[in-house]
Amino acid sequence: MPTIKSLDDLKRIREEALAKRKAKTTSGQVQITVAMGTCGIAAGARDTMKAILETIAEKNLEGIIVTQTGCIGLCEREPIVQVTVGDQPKVTYGKVTPEVARRILEEHVLKGQVVQDHVVPL
Amino acid sequence: MKELALHLLDIAENSLAAGARHITIKVIEDTLNDRLTMEVCDDGKGMDAKMVARVIDPFVTTRTTRKVGLGIPLLKAAAEACNGSLTIESEVGKGTCVRVVFQRSHIDRMPLGDLAGTFLTLLVGNPHVDWTFIYQVDERVYTFESAPVLEVLQGVPLTEPAVLSYLRQELEEGIHQVQKPVTLEKASQGV
Repeated sequence: MPTIKSLDDLKRIREEALAKRKAKTTSGQVQITVAMGTCGIAAGARDTMKAILETIAEKNLEGIIVTQTGCIGLCEREPIVQVTVGDQPKVTYGKVTPEVARRILEEHVLKGQVVQDHVVPL
Repeated sequence: MKELALHLLDIAENSLAAGARHITIKVIEDTLNDRLTMEVCDDGKGMDAKMVARVIDPFVTTRTTRKVGLGIPLLKAAAEACNGSLTIESEVGKGTCVRVVFQRSHIDRMPLGDLAGTFLTLLVGNPHVDWTFIYQVDERVYTFESAPVLEVLQGVPLTEPAVLSYLRQELEEGIHQVQKPVTLEKASQGV
């Protein structure tokens, strides 16, 4: 595989990640799901996803699982992002631009404060 | 959708919905023959000929075919407007290949867009799928396979911050290098 970066780099990254993990106890895991049906993609879900991944890398946020799903039937509210922190109930956000996505990570994921003005009542 | 890369994301989404385990995405720019070809091939549940016809025609699509809507017909129209085509080869139980061809230099051809962003999104969002991304401009090829990466990581998630940065750089640099090859001067410096 003619990769640009070597897999040895990745091995090193893995070792470092494991070492860090040992050092701290695993707190509540965070699951973030981005809806990526045609509606979501057309509304900008990929840029939302990118903003989430960039923020995780920039702020060095551990223990966050990011997945994607298809259309959930709320096309007019796209891009939609669902966030579950630990045992707390799942929160569904609508109209999540990259800026809103960063806010969700900073306020909801990091500080536990739900970003109320973008919550979609289900 | 204003980018071919977004359409790729959309097609790949259909492969995911079809339960594919292996998905290969190819983007080939052939400047000599002035063609831009995109292919998404999967080993999902596949479709019969009737279903393929439905997927292509938006006015025949019924609501039960929820997993495929306007994405494919719109892309087909865009390709045909650029002297190109969209074809689907599919077999029930085997998988599906969607192939789109554009006249590369056509004034109406959408820009390729953020290919690295599309690949990263698919990879991180669906780590259980075996991904192969191939981007080729004439004789320059970049290939990314997810299997060796996951093997090295041995359970460390792709959303680990350092891993994310690694993947993003890897994809962006790989694609960039195919678009703008390393100059001889740089290559001799080992950059």
